[in-house]
Amino acid sequence: MCVTCGCGEGEVRIDGATATVAGAPHAHLHRHADGTVHAHSHEHGDAHDHDHGDAHGHGHGHSHGHGHSHDHGQSHDHAQSHDHGHPHDHAHPHDHAHRHDHADPRDHVQRHDHAHGNDHVHPHPDDATIAAAPAGALGAVHAPGVDATRRVQIERDLLTKNDAIAAVNRRLFAARGIFALNLVSSPGSGKTTLLVKTIEALGGRIPALVIEGDQQTSRDAERIRATGAPAVQVNTGKGCHLDADMVARALDRLDPPSGSLVLIENVGNLVCPAAFDLGEAHKVAILSVTEGDDKPIKYPDLFHAADLMLVNKVDLLPHVDFDVDGAIGWARRVQPGIGVMRISARTGEGFDAWLAWLERGVERARTRAAVGASAPDAREPVPEHGHA
Amino acid sequence: MHEMSLAEGMLQLVEDGARQHSASAVKAVWLEVGALSHVEVDALRFCFDAVTRGTVAHGARLEIVATPGAAWCMPCGERVALARLGDACPRCAGHQLQVVEGEDLRVREIEIA
Repeated sequence: MCVTCGCGEGEVRIDGATATVAGAPHAHLHRHADGTVHAHSHEHGDAHDHDHGDAHGHGHGHSHGHGHSHDHGQSHDHAQSHDHGHPHDHAHPHDHAHRHDHADPRDHVQRHDHAHGNDHVHPHPDDATIAAAPAGALGAVHAPGVDATRRVQIERDLLTKNDAIAAVNRRLFAARGIFALNLVSSPGSGKTTLLVKTIEALGGRIPALVIEGDQQTSRDAERIRATGAPAVQVNTGKGCHLDADMVARALDRLDPPSGSLVLIENVGNLVCPAAFDLGEAHKVAILSVTEGDDKPIKYPDLFHAADLMLVNKVDLLPHVDFDVDGAIGWARRVQPGIGVMRISARTGEGFDAWLAWLERGVERARTRAAVGASAPDAREPVPEHGHA
Repeated sequence: MHEMSLAEGMLQLVEDGARQHSASAVKAVWLEVGALSHVEVDALRFCFDAVTRGTVAHGARLEIVATPGAAWCMPCGERVALARLGDACPRCAGHQLQVVEGEDLRVREIEIA
């Protein structure tokens, strides 16, 4: 659970299908260099093959429920040094909540690394930690009390894995000339209405596809599908944001055509989505005038991460005390380069500028793909926008 | 911010490191947290304890290495300190600031046994 926002990691569902548990759990045997054989039962999201022969980096959120009965060849006494010459056979059924790095989101038959490198620790009641011997060092003698520790360099970013998958998504968008946007805001800012009206206003001139993120229900995807546009619903369960892997899996389903516009509606949340790159060209923040105009400074991370801010529901301005210039001022404190448009998804006010901005973005993405440009950096220059 | 996802990412890096060095246990983790990073340290500690339970990093000490934020002030043409997003340039009091440092969340080192 996230103790900041009160949300937690839940079971992710994509269009109702459980992403981490689908089909029959299947068992694999892992054979370790020392001859230990583990039978694991895995439950996978999609029916995909794992080729464990390759070296690959498999992310395993891996919660071994280890019902782990190991037979030590001999009885041993933990109060003293002892021989852990394990011929142990554990049949541990575990539920891998795994996410894997697919080098290409379209191809599931590939490299992930199930390097269960024998590093399971056996907790002993007397609190001496006795680890399984590393491969090739069978029968190592452990001497409790001798606590040789050393420090090793890691130097890796916590978001390494998310960012690697985001880069894969970004390469897919680049190769197909797709303009992808990540729409972020608090709940109730009018994101879904904005998407529906945008798709209607585009009138099929540009194929638009939507990935909808919500904790539960497919109500938003259904609203999008009613416009005729393809939509995939990602239910994050208790999760409070979309991550790059969820988007990769949604893209598998969506299979967006070349030259299209992919609109990713993030979970309504002004905090969590800020840090997670999904592979989009831009994050677009939506702030409606029924909210506080100082939100950009109260939730700076999200506005700092956005390239464009849409001030929505401007048709309601006569009825509320929202200071548009004030809101823009706050946003530019945390993101001096942010573009701003005033719109109303309900009345269509400001839509000419918004649609023109989208069309320029799509055009640019198509041109880049046509000349074979490589995937852009995480944050592209913002296409020209109308200043509010 | 979703500290749980971040803690899971951290555990993965720690497990990778432990495996690579054939470690039997991870005793401590040094995490660099930039002043402008998207994380609440207390929440991250809580989540780290939760996700490491029963893993090679069970009970590991989490050492936070706080690093300062910095920005490039466009009007001043200089690099300035930035304690948090939205703060003004300490020289010109303007907000034309481009963050250049302090957004990192990185596992620097681990202590293994």
